[in-house]
Amino acid sequence: MTVPVHLRHDETFVLNLGPQHPATHGVLRVKLTMDGEYIVKAEPVLGYIHRMHEKLAEGGTFAQFMPNTARMDYLHALAFNHGWALVVEKAAGIEVPERAEYIRVITVELNRIASHLLWWAAFLLDLGGFTPLLYAFDDREKIVDLLERVTGSRLTYCYLRFGGVYNDIDDEFIAGTRDFIKRLRGRMPRLYHDLVTHNIILIKRIKDIGFVSAEQCRRYGATGPVARGSGIDYDIRKNEPYSVYPEFDFDVPVFDECDSMARYMVRMHEIEQSMRIIEQALDKLPAGPVMGKAPKVLKPEAGYYYSAVETARGSLGHRLVCNGDKNPYKLKLRSPTFSNLSLFGEVAEGMLLADALAFMGSLDLVIPEIDR
Amino acid sequence: METSMWRALLYLVGLLAFAGVNAAWLGWCERKGAARIQRRIGPCEAGFAGLLQPLADGLKLMSKQLLVPQGVDGIIFRVAPVLAMIPAITSLAVIPFSENIGARAMELSLLLLFALASIGMIAILLGGWASGNKYAIISAARSVSQNLAYEIPMLLTVITVVMISGSMNLREIALDQQGGFWHWNIFRLEHGHFLTMWISFIIFFICSVAETNRAPFDMAEAESELVAGFMTEYSSMGFGLFMMGEYLNIVVGACLTATLFLGGWDCPFGLTPGIWWFLLKIYVLIFTFIWIRWTYPRTQIYRLLNLSWKILIPFSMANLLVTAALIKVF
Amino acid sequence: MSGYWSDIVTGGKSLVTGLAITAREFFRPVVTEQYPWEVPTMTPLFRGHIELIGNEETGEPNCVVCGMCQRACPSVCISLDGKKNEGGKGKVLTRYILDFTKCSLCGSCVESCNFNALRFSREYNLASFDKNDFIMDLMQRLEDQNRCKR
Repeated sequence: MTVPVHLRHDETFVLNLGPQHPATHGVLRVKLTMDGEYIVKAEPVLGYIHRMHEKLAEGGTFAQFMPNTARMDYLHALAFNHGWALVVEKAAGIEVPERAEYIRVITVELNRIASHLLWWAAFLLDLGGFTPLLYAFDDREKIVDLLERVTGSRLTYCYLRFGGVYNDIDDEFIAGTRDFIKRLRGRMPRLYHDLVTHNIILIKRIKDIGFVSAEQCRRYGATGPVARGSGIDYDIRKNEPYSVYPEFDFDVPVFDECDSMARYMVRMHEIEQSMRIIEQALDKLPAGPVMGKAPKVLKPEAGYYYSAVETARGSLGHRLVCNGDKNPYKLKLRSPTFSNLSLFGEVAEGMLLADALAFMGSLDLVIPEIDR
Repeated sequence: METSMWRALLYLVGLLAFAGVNAAWLGWCERKGAARIQRRIGPCEAGFAGLLQPLADGLKLMSKQLLVPQGVDGIIFRVAPVLAMIPAITSLAVIPFSENIGARAMELSLLLLFALASIGMIAILLGGWASGNKYAIISAARSVSQNLAYEIPMLLTVITVVMISGSMNLREIALDQQGGFWHWNIFRLEHGHFLTMWISFIIFFICSVAETNRAPFDMAEAESELVAGFMTEYSSMGFGLFMMGEYLNIVVGACLTATLFLGGWDCPFGLTPGIWWFLLKIYVLIFTFIWIRWTYPRTQIYRLLNLSWKILIPFSMANLLVTAALIKVF
Repeated sequence: MSGYWSDIVTGGKSLVTGLAITAREFFRPVVTEQYPWEVPTMTPLFRGHIELIGNEETGEPNCVVCGMCQRACPSVCISLDGKKNEGGKGKVLTRYILDFTKCSLCGSCVESCNFNALRFSREYNLASFDKNDFIMDLMQRLEDQNRCKR
């Protein structure tokens, strides 16, 4: 409920939300000026987990930066792997075999489901529902196990290589993935929708709360489910296709309600769409090598390169400057959550504290990705 | 004189033991129940099935330093946890556990219970206010408006029970419901009360969840918004007493619900009334408290007030009128 | 007013459905793994900290001290020394120190090794009060393993 607040500066107080606060999922600090429980002004303060990843990229070779990409958005690490691999392949002109492209899509989409499930769990935790967290983690565990089989790690994957992937997928992985999709489809209606989505308390809590207009999204550069929840039909996988995404038949869920519920629904539908992509990719999976020909030491030609991928939180851009050396000359990341968070201050004005936190949860913030 | 003194001492020790055991092991029940609902095991290392866990928790809490931060109102800060615990224990004195077990069957015992419940709310207010923490103060303000909103429908539904039984003595109310479940207030055949009393029961139960600050109405605690609400600045047994007070309030709420609506110590089939039936009923109710907490997300403070003022109060008023009419007409 | 009644009816129904679902889950088996008591099933690709591979017969490390792993490591956590092989050609390893406090388990070292000299260990119980416990002497570790084998 957004209520216009008459600013009475004599009666306002400052509330420091974070950097250590259960609802900020990490070390985000929001400086709130409050009038009672109403927020008069909200200023996100960043930098508590800044690790200068962009600068670190300049210090090592191209391949040495790959593990770092996973440490930024640890929830959708493979998409960050993918983004970095794409831009370097573009710079160095490396061809990727088709099988590797399919495997990339399968693993990235599995990781996207895992990311959305974790968002769902954490969002419910923000709203005070504990049990859904464990149900979502039960499903997520299956994905993590599957990905561990092929990548060797469970959270911060370092799986993609320039020109392919680290390891081929086997029949057990394919069968396991199909089983998982079947299982999640079976559990979705009851444990996710009946228990939570249709629950009157949740609906009252997030419907018509946190109104983000399409104009605001454009002004702040918000992407991903935040923009799609505000009626903007924009998904890099469709609009600027990369990898083998054009070969799959999937929809981009768009909702016009602009509230937290719309963002919630976008993500729930995206899980289903990702499952569709994975199924098609498994059906069409071509045979062949998973690693193309790539030189051991990369020395891309001097120039500017840009490529973008769609992560679970929005579009991620890599801007790479090369000077012909074996290290990147400069790397700049356009990370989705940074833009998504920047509209928080404007939207949260006049909200109640609890509503603002529900709204913040619906933005799906991953702080290390904002600070990098 | 001699016997009555022994009797008082016996009840004192007995009730304190009952309160202590419940306050400690309901925490264990809650953790086990939550774990089962979430398909985990829960505490399992300390003793058989983790049954010694409450003792370990207690030891840990007691061995910690009771921090009194700078700038707090020292006396009130220390008194508040005690104030949260004592009214809950005192309330047990008027609960009739069975026909012959009950420390004090006084007239107006119902009124006493509500007065004591309000002191529990004051404890939260004082604790939150004295902490001088912004989160704690928000929490204190929330809990006052919440309790104010929920005491009204609660009292309105209780009045229907009082009208039916014609007494404010809990023992009398329970005695009035003896002889099988069709005599219980919730299903009472007489005067056709079963038509409306189940609504009263639901309203009363919702209100007692809200009164005890339990999820989904745990506005005062709301850990994802207010860190720990009024308990933010408390450590050691200050925190422990608040927790124990919360569980005891649940016990009192369950006892009250069982006595007012579910026939107290009566057997559903009118065969062998006794304390075991009473205990069975309150533990089923307590399990429902736990079950509800681990099912729903938390509601919002103004949704909670809306629920009270727009739904519960009109319904309980209508219920009161219908019940009065039923008594008059039939 | 229609919203009022439908909220009460559908809302009440959704709340009861929620309780029914959690009640069913209450009686279903536990899904968690009891960590310290159960050994997790490890996949063949499990990434523990790295360890040296010894020669099947002699037990000497396969390493030829080419230094590729050291160069591949993004976190600079490998330091190694070798000396000239007396009587043979090439070099033999004298010291291999892994600073596991810096390692991010990316596996670049294992991938860069062309001589089958490095692999991931299957250790997952890694906890200590002392940081120095994680500055690992992998030569020592290989010797211990060889002794165990004998």
